[in-house]
Amino acid sequence: MAANTKPVLHGYFRSSCSWRVRIAFALKGIEYDQVTVNLIKDGGQQEFQSVNPMQQVPAVEIDGITLCQSLAVIQYVDETRPGAKLLPADPKKRAQVRMISDLIASGIQPLQNLYVIQKIGADKVQWSQHFIDRGFKALEPILKQTAGKYCVGDEISMADICLVPQVYNAERFKVNMDQYPTIKRLNQTLLEIEAFKVSHPSNQPDTPADMSA
Amino acid sequence: MQQVPAVEIDGITLCQSLAVIQYVDETRPGAKLLPADPKKRAQVRMISDLIASGIQPLQNLYVIQKIGADKVQWSQHFIDRGFKALEPILKQTAGKYCVGDEISMADICLVPQVYNAERFKVNMDQYPTIKRLNQTLLEIEAFKVSHPSNQPDTPADMSA
Repeated sequence: MAANTKPVLHGYFRSSCSWRVRIAFALKGIEYDQVTVNLIKDGGQQEFQSVNPMQQVPAVEIDGITLCQSLAVIQYVDETRPGAKLLPADPKKRAQVRMISDLIASGIQPLQNLYVIQKIGADKVQWSQHFIDRGFKALEPILKQTAGKYCVGDEISMADICLVPQVYNAERFKVNMDQYPTIKRLNQTLLEIEAFKVSHPSNQPDTPADMSA
Repeated sequence: MQQVPAVEIDGITLCQSLAVIQYVDETRPGAKLLPADPKKRAQVRMISDLIASGIQPLQNLYVIQKIGADKVQWSQHFIDRGFKALEPILKQTAGKYCVGDEISMADICLVPQVYNAERFKVNMDQYPTIKRLNQTLLEIEAFKVSHPSNQPDTPADMSA
């Protein structure tokens, strides 16, 4: 595969994990093609199975390989593309970025993603609120320590990339964000940034008309 | 941080095992826990995250306490789902270990997850690559000395 072939993102407009990858591509100025997958409708299709056996989004075809897991994709892109770094140079700050990212990507989002809440059934809103609140209650004091203008100091990082889509989910599930002033403040700052706007679920090729920006 | 694990190291406190592991790898000498090649490194992270985000959080103690009576079936379901995805990936990436022939963070994530799978009576014969890798890794001293059966807080009836 030619080195200048554009990456292909298999994603879904409202998947917070897909949004993370879209933000990273936008921050790095990387053009990419999107193949939209509707997890609710297309989840059983064989073609998608071969690209991503987990039947999850995002999956990214890039540089001749296929990667899933948004944070693996983001760090790969960061390590192989020029532009502002998405993880700090300092090892301690880098560890803090990964800690915050994983708190969200392992500690919160998997408990409230589509597949899981479909299994939970009728209690899904309460279940999702519970796990988002639990995660944000842990995250808020950490961010009070690490945050400057952004999650860790004053440079945008993978932590910020994880935060904004998780706050979007929190709002979908009507979590009271006033309990988390640092998270709320950071989210508001980040939503003003072009890369976060252009990648927003309201601006995607598969965004339903009634949800478009 | 009210989480395990939490590590106090070099004057800071870190939680989230993969953040700790990569910090240690980047600041201490010795065999690297992530490959130098960016594509292999991405594969190590992908496999690690498949486990650390895609399987373990769905079957950890806190969650299964909330699930209640169905916890074994729930846990088996999510471990099977994750391993069904992981098995073909590992068929592609594995040499002697999860990614090629060097021990990595992916191997570090795999072994404890197989231990959990066995606790919940998942049929590991469905996953021959995972099974083979796990058996190889359990022979390594670092995986033995750190095993749950060998810790200061291991109950007497579970000690090695």
